[in-house]
Amino acid sequence: MPTLTIREALNQAIREEIIRDERVFIMGEEVAAYDGAYKVTRGLLHDFGDKRVIDTPITELGFAGLGVGAAMVGLRPIVEFMTFNFSILATDQIINSAAKMLYMSGGQFNVPIVFRGPGGSAFQVSSQHSQALESWYAYFPGLKVVMPSTPADAKGLLKSAIRDDDPVVFIEQERMYGNKGEVPDDPDFTIPLGVADVKREGTDCTIVARSLMVPVALKAAEQLQEQGVSCEVIDPRTIRPLDIDTIIESVKKTNRVVLAEESHPICSVNAEISHEIMQFAFDYLDAPVKRVSGADVPMPYAKNLEQAAVPDVEKIIAAVREVAYLD
Amino acid sequence: MSKQTAAPPSRAGAEEQSSTGVIDPPNEVDKKKLAQERDQAKERQKDRLGGLEPNQLIDLYRQMILIRRFEEKAAEVYVAGKIGGFCHLYIGQEAVGVGSISAIRKDDYVIGSYREHGQALAKGLSARSIMAELYGKVTGCSKGKGGSMHMFDKELGFLGGHGIVGGQIPLATGTAFASKYLGTDQVTLCYFGEAAVNQGAFHESLNMAQLWKLPCIYICENNQYGMGTSVERAMSLRDIAAKSCAYEMASEFVDGMDVLAIREATLRAVERARKDHLPTLLEIRTYRFMGHSMSDPGNYRTRAEIEKYQERDPIKLFTASLIEAKIADEATLDKLDKEVREEVEDAVRVAEESPLPPAEDLYTDIYANPIETGQSRTIR
Repeated sequence: MPTLTIREALNQAIREEIIRDERVFIMGEEVAAYDGAYKVTRGLLHDFGDKRVIDTPITELGFAGLGVGAAMVGLRPIVEFMTFNFSILATDQIINSAAKMLYMSGGQFNVPIVFRGPGGSAFQVSSQHSQALESWYAYFPGLKVVMPSTPADAKGLLKSAIRDDDPVVFIEQERMYGNKGEVPDDPDFTIPLGVADVKREGTDCTIVARSLMVPVALKAAEQLQEQGVSCEVIDPRTIRPLDIDTIIESVKKTNRVVLAEESHPICSVNAEISHEIMQFAFDYLDAPVKRVSGADVPMPYAKNLEQAAVPDVEKIIAAVREVAYLD
Repeated sequence: MSKQTAAPPSRAGAEEQSSTGVIDPPNEVDKKKLAQERDQAKERQKDRLGGLEPNQLIDLYRQMILIRRFEEKAAEVYVAGKIGGFCHLYIGQEAVGVGSISAIRKDDYVIGSYREHGQALAKGLSARSIMAELYGKVTGCSKGKGGSMHMFDKELGFLGGHGIVGGQIPLATGTAFASKYLGTDQVTLCYFGEAAVNQGAFHESLNMAQLWKLPCIYICENNQYGMGTSVERAMSLRDIAAKSCAYEMASEFVDGMDVLAIREATLRAVERARKDHLPTLLEIRTYRFMGHSMSDPGNYRTRAEIEKYQERDPIKLFTASLIEAKIADEATLDKLDKEVREEVEDAVRVAEESPLPPAEDLYTDIYANPIETGQSRTIR
């Protein structure tokens, strides 16, 4: 199996789906001539031309809505946000149009569209360019929300998202594009949406992590193993719909759980997961559910402050030790 | 006007602009002046009658009175508490939907705002399916899930009523994009009020449509009020057609009380869209005779102003034109009116008798590919 970066895996997924289906095209700021602000779309303009790979003006609300309209009448757009920070300008179209169209039309107009791009914390770009927005989108019925953490997941999930008949918000991680891993090169390789993945098996504590928190949690699990604590790391991969069963099964086995995410803690995805665990595994818990979240502050610029705002290996280790009553 | 304008843009609007009283709404009705304006409008419409066969003209008339009677009935059943939510009526604006939709094919797309009952009727949705939707019944065009603001019919190419001011404009730009992408020659008609012109969505869309040469016809129904705020109080440059210059887009100013003028302007725009994939902005000056919605007290405009526009009622004008040109006599038009009233009564009957959506419909149509997980099990 070839080893690819997440960036290359995403590129491969888009490439294969453009070849597979005439109706698939990608549009966004700098996706074509510039080869993508983060180079995810490198070479696509050259290989597929400007009908399939379209540079847009800086007009997020406009091109997001254009994509939704095109999807209503048979196309399958991939709309790239240079970063999800800019999707905030397009939320009216993502939420009021894409998410609700099928429902308010009584089942007549589905919207097969993918909104994708990097999200989460980035490197020292301060408050407006460094934030986790998944809980916004996961809130809305009608949307599916996906966050991959490995190159293989990125490819398999993006291909499923493009083939899906519903609007999918696909949030990559700005810091992770260079991460490497083995990726199947079979053009029919896909990973179904709504299925969590056990990234590491363990017996003493469950760590639920997504996106950037997956490699961080895996590193923490390794160190905890040396300290005699066996951790199971679960990556939901899809936030909506959420494969809660896999999480519940794991908690029933380990009886302890730490939930890690980059988001602010209030109204976050892990607040929801925490509730679900309470509802379905309350009697199995040997300690309260523990969350490790991004700081409840706008992202600062200064390196030391930024580091303090994002969950890291140490914070996850401390949380696991706390629920295991080791300190 | 832009250099792309295929036909010379009608600036009949310039004279209308003063004569429709936008600049200086009258406090008292100048009956003589009104009669004069009405006669001038009739003269202009008379010249246009020759463009259509008598049966086509009568069909336009029928569609307009169907909308009028439908909306009157909607107001009646709304007051009676039969329908809920918001209800934005099209009374006074009938010529716009009917005239413009008469200029397109069945397979072209139409998309509108929340004031879309009239356009839905003109696009061929039945009075029954629209009334049932207002009643929130399962026989409605959106199965009772959309209501007044969200009428849809996929087969008829009617892509909704949309509730956020200007939200439908990028969507229309997208359907036009799809027509071009797929190599069909379908065009899109996109309706919005003048208040939507102040939204970013309008400007973002027009920019992309002209940049990429998309076959979209943007129809601004300038009824001169965004809810209770007059255009004078909301817009710095009120010549909306002229705003197309910012995008080098063709545009026309059209008298919204003349169904044939609207049809002709739309035909020119449709040709530009079908042949050359070029967009057009039409500013159609009209007036809503009723409030913004059924809950509007209407205290922001004078009785005299409303009366003035009622003198320019598009249906009155067209009735007079048809009779004077001997295309129809009063008996024929009365008969049509009776038929239309019966059609509306029938729609009410069907809506009354139709079942409510079954309880399980609450959880259908959320996803085209539903993925069952533990979460969906628990949230319910």
